[in-house]
Amino acid sequence: MKTAIIDLTYLLSAVLFIFGLKRMQSPVTARTGNALASLGMLVAVVATLFLYEILSWPLMIAGVVLGGAIGVALARTVEMTAMPELVAIFNGFGGLASTLVAGAELAQYVGGGRLVDPEGFGIVSALTISLSILIGTVTFSGSVVANGKLSGWVTGNPISFPGLRVLTGLLLLGAGGALGTMLAAAPGFPAVPGAMIWAAVGLGGAAFLLGILLVIPIGGADMPVVVSLLNSYSGLAAAATGFVLDNTALIVSGTLVGAAGMILTVLMCDAMNRSLANVMLGGFGGGDGGSGGLDVPEGKSVNETSPDDTAILARYADSVIIVPGYGLAVAQAQHEVREMADRLEAQGVTVKYAIHPVAGRMPGHMNVLLAEANVDYEKLYELEEINSEFKSTDLAIVVGANDVVNPAARTDEGSPIYGMPILNVDEAETVVVIKRSLSPGYSGVPNELFYADNTKMLFSDAKEAVAGITESVKKMQEA
Amino acid sequence: MLDNLIIFVLAAFLGTEILSRVPQTLHTPLMSGANAISGITVVGALVAAGMTQGPWSTWLGFGALVVATINVVGGFLVTDRMLKMFGRKQASPSQVDASAAAQRTDGTAG
Repeated sequence: MKTAIIDLTYLLSAVLFIFGLKRMQSPVTARTGNALASLGMLVAVVATLFLYEILSWPLMIAGVVLGGAIGVALARTVEMTAMPELVAIFNGFGGLASTLVAGAELAQYVGGGRLVDPEGFGIVSALTISLSILIGTVTFSGSVVANGKLSGWVTGNPISFPGLRVLTGLLLLGAGGALGTMLAAAPGFPAVPGAMIWAAVGLGGAAFLLGILLVIPIGGADMPVVVSLLNSYSGLAAAATGFVLDNTALIVSGTLVGAAGMILTVLMCDAMNRSLANVMLGGFGGGDGGSGGLDVPEGKSVNETSPDDTAILARYADSVIIVPGYGLAVAQAQHEVREMADRLEAQGVTVKYAIHPVAGRMPGHMNVLLAEANVDYEKLYELEEINSEFKSTDLAIVVGANDVVNPAARTDEGSPIYGMPILNVDEAETVVVIKRSLSPGYSGVPNELFYADNTKMLFSDAKEAVAGITESVKKMQEA
Repeated sequence: MLDNLIIFVLAAFLGTEILSRVPQTLHTPLMSGANAISGITVVGALVAAGMTQGPWSTWLGFGALVVATINVVGGFLVTDRMLKMFGRKQASPSQVDASAAAQRTDGTAG
């Protein structure tokens, strides 16, 4: 009877998660969707507390209070520009929790916990526990490195060394061996615990190193793919824990999250016209344009412009499209951009934003930043929606974006980024690119757009440049 | 085990069906919200931390409980913070519009 009630309550929470996620399909309903999902979580937790015989209440309350306080503090204080690293570390916590629960389950058999049946441990239990440890730990260490790359305590450049692939291969073999040992030790467990325990610890160690080695060779600008993939893993880790505990709620919710992460991963890869394997093997691009600077290649010329001149162009344009990129996030220029757009709209200029799927460091990064600056989401256009409009646009302002507007992706078959869907800003009447230098983007491919006849370069920090344009438009209004 | 596998596969199809229709604008909140849901591991952690007597499983369970709770509480709160921003569209621009429009009229008159 009791198990039936627990199962039904878990079913209820799974249904709430599904409804909650479904409401994510529109910004109008998304907030209530999130509330529904948290209600689902509350239902699952309360049911667990009341229906299982909890022995150590003080310990549990301490755990929930401690974790809850840390969670609230993180959620309240994080800057919107730091959202990618927060999501990355949350993914890591999800993975770690799965590993620890699997470990606790194993320890319970050894310790002779009163609820486990020593006879009930079979090869299936060993398989689910080992998978939970493997996926959970890879998610954890990979997410910590991703967090480091995003927040800067690990270099954003791809890190590689001779033998990296070999070492990764050896670790994979080691993890496979440890997993095999756990399966082999299953029949004698828990009577003979030694082999099982050490194999589990070894598996955890190998998985920990694997997670690190898998993420360090991947460069900063490929982080949208990595964060999505880790998101997917954190869900799969929860699902694996569900198999360990024979718990439907965990399996359903974990799988939903796994699917969400996988969809985003595929979307991000498609938006770069690269395969997942190509991203994961890393080595794309060699850092942030070492050759950088303002050196103009021979036979080419650059039209330089100033905030004042850009202001005149923008003020008398009928339509302006703003193309934000990672540079906007770095300079935290979202509020300045919004102010500029407001000024222009007040002059009767139509302002739209064109958002490339991989602009920024995680899926939807630009959208969140612009939402923070109170830009109406209906002014944000996806690539397919807006690409045909550049032809009839007077001015495109590129703020800190590079590879996603590089025409070489369309025209140069030999280029590494050939075939990547880009925003066709070069088709606009005039393009102003706000950028510190002429250095190539993450891909390392020089951008022909900078030398085009209809392009003007505004060499500056994004925030200062945009504020300067706004100021200048304001003066024109007052004059 | 077989039942669990069936549930897993069906949930994967359902998830793909629902989530592939989420617009690009909401991809970040989707990710952080989904991540909070993956904190459902908290249920397993509660069972592990609350029901066992052996020190190892209790403390492993306690650790799991803390990190899973961070994930759940932090994840839902930060998602809500983001979604609140998406919801408050056109809250203040009207003011700027009004004052700027007034200036423009002045300008043309002069």
